[in-house]
Amino acid sequence: MKWKNVWKKVIGIGLTAMLSATMLVGCSGGTETGGEDKTKETSTTEGNTLEKIKERGKLVVGVKYDLNLFGLKDPQTGKVEGFDIDIAKGLAKKILGDENKIELKEVTSKTRIPMLNNGEIDAIIATMTITEERKKEVDFSDVYFKAGQSLLVKKDSNINGLKDIKKGVTVLTAKGSTSAQNIREKAPEATVLEFENYAEAFTALKAGQGDALTTDNAILFGMAKQDPNYRVVDETFTEEPYGIAVRKGDQEFLQVINEYLKELKESGEYDKIYEKWMGQKPKQ
Amino acid sequence: MLDFSIIVDYWDMYMQGFGHTVKASLLALLGSLLIGIVIAVFRIAPVRPLNWFGAAYVEFIRNIPLILVVFVFFFGFPALGVRLDSFTAGTLGLTVYTAAFIAEVIRAGILSVPKGQMEAARSSGLTYLQTMRYIILPQAIKIVIPPLGNQFINLVKNSSILGVIAGLDLMYFGDLISSETFVTFDVYIFVAMFYLVLTVPLSLGVGFLERRLARSR
Repeated sequence: MKWKNVWKKVIGIGLTAMLSATMLVGCSGGTETGGEDKTKETSTTEGNTLEKIKERGKLVVGVKYDLNLFGLKDPQTGKVEGFDIDIAKGLAKKILGDENKIELKEVTSKTRIPMLNNGEIDAIIATMTITEERKKEVDFSDVYFKAGQSLLVKKDSNINGLKDIKKGVTVLTAKGSTSAQNIREKAPEATVLEFENYAEAFTALKAGQGDALTTDNAILFGMAKQDPNYRVVDETFTEEPYGIAVRKGDQEFLQVINEYLKELKESGEYDKIYEKWMGQKPKQ
Repeated sequence: MLDFSIIVDYWDMYMQGFGHTVKASLLALLGSLLIGIVIAVFRIAPVRPLNWFGAAYVEFIRNIPLILVVFVFFFGFPALGVRLDSFTAGTLGLTVYTAAFIAEVIRAGILSVPKGQMEAARSSGLTYLQTMRYIILPQAIKIVIPPLGNQFINLVKNSSILGVIAGLDLMYFGDLISSETFVTFDVYIFVAMFYLVLTVPLSLGVGFLERRLARSR
């Protein structure tokens, strides 16, 4: 009798758990299909993208929703903000004269190229590194952000680049990262200490347990922003230039984008956006 | 089948880690035994403030996760102007932590010596410290050997905490090798073997000591 009751409970709890799980999945599935419906009207890949945008009256851009500083959805306000978003808004202003004539769509590194190629989005501005491999599938604009591995140091540190990582210098990073492998290759004399994650490595740096922390500058900028006693050195010693991607052969649109990027840099607006998100001016 | 090429290719790293683990274990073992004895005596000495201090030490330290004790030494001490490198901070944390457990083991051993022994010794003119040194502790040691052995084995295994603060021990290098080779399972099997090389003889040694002391009783 007793055992029967216990089993009933176990099965009951199990079923409730499964039910709520399916409901959750169902919910997220629902929002996705909602998104797809809307895209159907825009999913004509033929013809001139620039004209389509003007006709439609808004620019549709694929951005990341989960990346600090570049494209992050604020769970409280529901707004997506970041460096990439500001670049996208400027592009909308350039084409349509109003930075609010824009629709942002969430992409991931996996979905962005398929979404671009089936016409769901006009362009990708989502921390996308320009690579030869990807150039076979999409066309890239000029570089709009120079990402790469860099160093985070104390504000008054005399470390300004890889050349200062000599014997006796301790560099901190996370276990198993490519950053750890890179720094060992490029500065074999230095002591490299690897921690469980970047938060711990940063705590160790703050506790004076090392002279520099190394990883992608995008992560380092976030840390420097959080604690202004630290700065990111100018040099990046791996190169991961970010570009804006458009459909292959979309020359007219690409030209406008490159023009826009040039204007953005010349007007000083680029520096402003850069400083707003990265907390320091871009290197020259 | 285990991939033995890993242990060949990464022998230097394994050995460096093994060396640090042995060093950390030995230092922490000696240190925690000393501190443990002192704290145990504090807890039972007929001096109130010492009792309080001993009780506070034990209750505070043994009720905090080891990793946090180590964090205090590694991340916390620099704020007080004392920067300890990862190996030192890890070994100190391990020592302080294990000492709390050892103190309890020893205290229990001392208390298990019949009260009459203390009274007899004191009434024959020995001081409190002399009684402890010559009458009580020698008897208590026999009783505490098995639980003490347990603590030492735990200590060797707990030394893997150094890996978390880049303390260059076996676990740390195990993590590095596994993230370089992606042969996670095999890498950690070898790590486990190195720990066994330390803990099995320790375990056997404690058993041997236990039997010898039982005979001499």
